[in-house]
Amino acid sequence: MKQIKTVSDLEDLRKSILKQRDPEKITIRMCLSTGCRAKKSIKVISALEDELNNQGLQEKVEIKRTGCHGFCEMGPIMVIEPANIFYRQVTPEDIADIVFETILKGNIVKRLLWKDAGTKEYTKTEQDLPLYKKQKKHISYNSGKIDPTDIEDYIAADGYLALCKALNAMTPAKIVETVFASGLRGRGGGGFSTGLKWRICSAAPSDIKYIIANGDEGDPGAFMDRSLMEGDPHRIIEGMIIAAFAIGAGRGFLYVREEYPIAIEHLSIAIQKAEEYGLLGNNIMGTGFDFNIAINKGAGAFVCGEETALIISIEGKSGTPRSRPPYPAFEGLWGKPTIINNVETLGNIPQIILKGADWYSNIGTVGSKGTKIFSLVGKVRNTGLVEVEMGTTLREIIFDIGGGIRKDKRFKAVQTGGPSGGCIPISKIDMPVDYDSLREAGAIMGSGGMIVMDETSCMVDIARYFLNFLLFESCGKCVPCREGLKQMHYILTNICEGNGEKGDIEALTELGHFMISTSLCGLGATAANPVLSTLRYFHDEYLVHIYEKKCPAGVCKNLFEYMIDETLCNGCTLCRIRCPEKAISGEKKKPHRIDTAKCIKCGICYNSCKRQAVIVI
Amino acid sequence: MKVPLTIDGQMVQIDSGAPIIDAAKKAGAVIPTLCYHEALKPYGSCRLCMVEIIINKQRRLVTACNFPVEGGMEVFTDTAKLRHIRKMIIELLLARCPDVSSLRAMAKQMGIKSSRFKKQDSTECILCGLCVRFCEEVVGVSAIGLVNRGIDREVATPFKVASDVCIGCGSCTYICPTGCIEMVPDKKIPQMRIMKMGQHSLNPCINEFQCETCIVEKEFFEDMRLVIAEFRNS
Ligand SMILES: Cc1cc2nc3c(=O)[nH]c(=O)nc-3n(C[C@H](O)[C@H](O)[C@H](O)COP(=O)(O)O)c2cc1C
Ligand code: SF4
Ligand code: SF4
Ligand code: SF4
Ligand code: SF4
Ligand code: SF4
Ligand code: FES
Ligand code: FES
Repeated sequence: MKQIKTVSDLEDLRKSILKQRDPEKITIRMCLSTGCRAKKSIKVISALEDELNNQGLQEKVEIKRTGCHGFCEMGPIMVIEPANIFYRQVTPEDIADIVFETILKGNIVKRLLWKDAGTKEYTKTEQDLPLYKKQKKHISYNSGKIDPTDIEDYIAADGYLALCKALNAMTPAKIVETVFASGLRGRGGGGFSTGLKWRICSAAPSDIKYIIANGDEGDPGAFMDRSLMEGDPHRIIEGMIIAAFAIGAGRGFLYVREEYPIAIEHLSIAIQKAEEYGLLGNNIMGTGFDFNIAINKGAGAFVCGEETALIISIEGKSGTPRSRPPYPAFEGLWGKPTIINNVETLGNIPQIILKGADWYSNIGTVGSKGTKIFSLVGKVRNTGLVEVEMGTTLREIIFDIGGGIRKDKRFKAVQTGGPSGGCIPISKIDMPVDYDSLREAGAIMGSGGMIVMDETSCMVDIARYFLNFLLFESCGKCVPCREGLKQMHYILTNICEGNGEKGDIEALTELGHFMISTSLCGLGATAANPVLSTLRYFHDEYLVHIYEKKCPAGVCKNLFEYMIDETLCNGCTLCRIRCPEKAISGEKKKPHRIDTAKCIKCGICYNSCKRQAVIVI
Repeated sequence: MKVPLTIDGQMVQIDSGAPIIDAAKKAGAVIPTLCYHEALKPYGSCRLCMVEIIINKQRRLVTACNFPVEGGMEVFTDTAKLRHIRKMIIELLLARCPDVSSLRAMAKQMGIKSSRFKKQDSTECILCGLCVRFCEEVVGVSAIGLVNRGIDREVATPFKVASDVCIGCGSCTYICPTGCIEMVPDKKIPQMRIMKMGQHSLNPCINEFQCETCIVEKEFFEDMRLVIAEFRNS
């Protein structure tokens, strides 16, 4: 295999790859990322291979093992090109039909199409799915399309062209200024200007510098970084090499959590391939620039994603944040100037270099440029990864892309920014999503988690839930975070159990503001967000819990009863049959009743009644 | 290079990059601390030493024990906001360690009668890390460490078994502001002591460790350094 030494080498390679490819050839893109793999997509692929072999079609049909398509809930996902037919929840048993009907005859297997739970309509192609339609896929463009283990797929999709441009046509200073002018801000949570960070680091006097890609992704439920690393690893590596060239770093570290074995595997393959092609290692593309990347496996603590803790943990010690200054850009890994960027931030770099700062800064809002990948989960109809332009409204994300709330319940709040994010209420649904608006609303961008909640969520309980997570994930080093979280959690638990008292809200507010201003690291400084934001927007719910001892959402078990509304109940007996405690009595076609003394509030009757006759009081 | 700055309005000159607390000392301002010690690298965990600063026209809260001074910086060590923060910290620590006399004394000084917060199962360790850092940085043996995270964090020997690297120097006992590490005579070897982590409350300093320039303490550590240096050379 030929090493790439010049721009024209890369161009030639790209052309020859494209020439060998027939755009009309039937290609089956099958997702093999974590979500679909958990739903046995590997078995589906082997069944597909067997069937194609049996039919003698192995030459005519190409199978592409791709990364995440973003619609993991519907996995295993299969897309058949060039017709762009989208099949979901494919099982090995479906393969015979797919090959016989779709591959051989060009027909659609309707039962495998995606069906809108609201309108009951089927969607035939991937591009027409509501989940994808309003998205702007720049960073996640390749994921789900290319084979992440095949560097030539990436090169065919304009991969490494940006590196080529950076090394041959730009000076390090010019790269830094381009990134600065693009307006790119860190996707790891803080939203710090990436260009500024690079500028500071390149000005730091030192022969040795490092670059770290942060792929720790500790937010529970978030998986955008994982999908990116699994589905398009070369994009991150290309971004890292450009960053290294810009600041003069010779070594890079990719910090990935141990629970992401596929990401680690794909990144390792990508590093090895990039080295083979002369795009990484010594004398990159014949320019004399040397840069090597090693992968570090993270031990899994949430706090290890914090930059100073992460650096300490790469140094081999236990990951506990330290005070800044000194900032890593001056004194980072082993005391040397270090750039630490989130993997999605780095994934933005190639397109900025390739298409220019002007192009990039035209996408998004005044203060937040580009696109951002969110993981949309919770009570929305369509859950998954969505990449949208900064400034897209919450309404567009939740209702247009997410398809609205499940079971026609009412939207109550959306929690953004991971465990230390905030809850945003319906009154702010038309708010544009960008760093500044979110912060103003008392939430944060975080790494891009979005949990949608409906009327059955109790906001006090939600706040307690997130605090409970943080309580165990705080490193415990500093007093405000460790002791403050403990006390806040204690007060919230009291409120949820019906022991709330006067002064609790004031104490929570005071502790919250105290933690924000005095904690050592970002965890403690944001940990009160879930409480403060719910106090701000759902104050009444706290009051009802404390003074009336009621939980209107029917979550806090000591604070509500289930009752059957006799005017709505038609005596279908369903709830009576399902109740595990035999707490419901009533004759057929006559209103039923709940014996509150026997009821354990399991909620089964509430969720079973088709007439919404079971109510919370 | 020396730079000028003001501490509560008073002008001082100090090496650029020195921690604010050094400048404050020069100006005679007293900043309360719990996890700071001159002999050790700053740690920044108790947050008691917070001060307000103004640089580039921006007002910020920072910890004096480790925030480096810059020329032109204005530092305020005793504002209403700071008094509130310090009270909160002491109240929180008092809820954690209700029986520690040095904390109780500090609380009294600040006018706190009792903590509003929920009292916890009694421990005497405030997790200031002084013992661990002294053992590592000065004694050089790292016999004890901070283990676990969040609410389970504690000072312990590796795997919580008797340490085989501890030299029984007693520094940890001495430096601990709450007296929660005990030295007991070694029954097997006469005249030797062993370090024991327990609930015992020692209170050897008459000033309850609140004054950083405590002469006794300073002399002790000077002696300790010599002893340790000798120990290493022998
Ligand atoms: C508690 C905590 C957890 C964090 N976890 C992550 C993480 O998992 N991934 C990440 O990229 N950044 C995380 N960060 C942010 C990093 O500290 C750092 O700001 C970021 O990696 C910088 O990259 P960026 O400028 O590209 O965002 C975390 C911060 C805190 C305070
Ligand atoms: S804020 Fe929390 S996580 Fe950060 S250093 Fe303090 S205790 Fe540790
Ligand atoms: S399920 Fe609903 S309608 Fe049927 S008996 Fe129970 S309460 Fe009545
Ligand atoms: S909540 Fe559960 S226990 Fe209570 S009445 Fe309904 S089904 Fe029975
Ligand atoms: S007594 Fe042991 S644990 Fe304590 S400082 Fe000395 S060597 Fe360390
Ligand atoms: S044992 Fe004493 S010195 Fe050590 S961390 Fe606890 S309070 Fe601080
Ligand atoms: S893992 Fe297959 S679509 Fe996300
Ligand atoms: S003395 Fe500065 S944080 Fe403890």
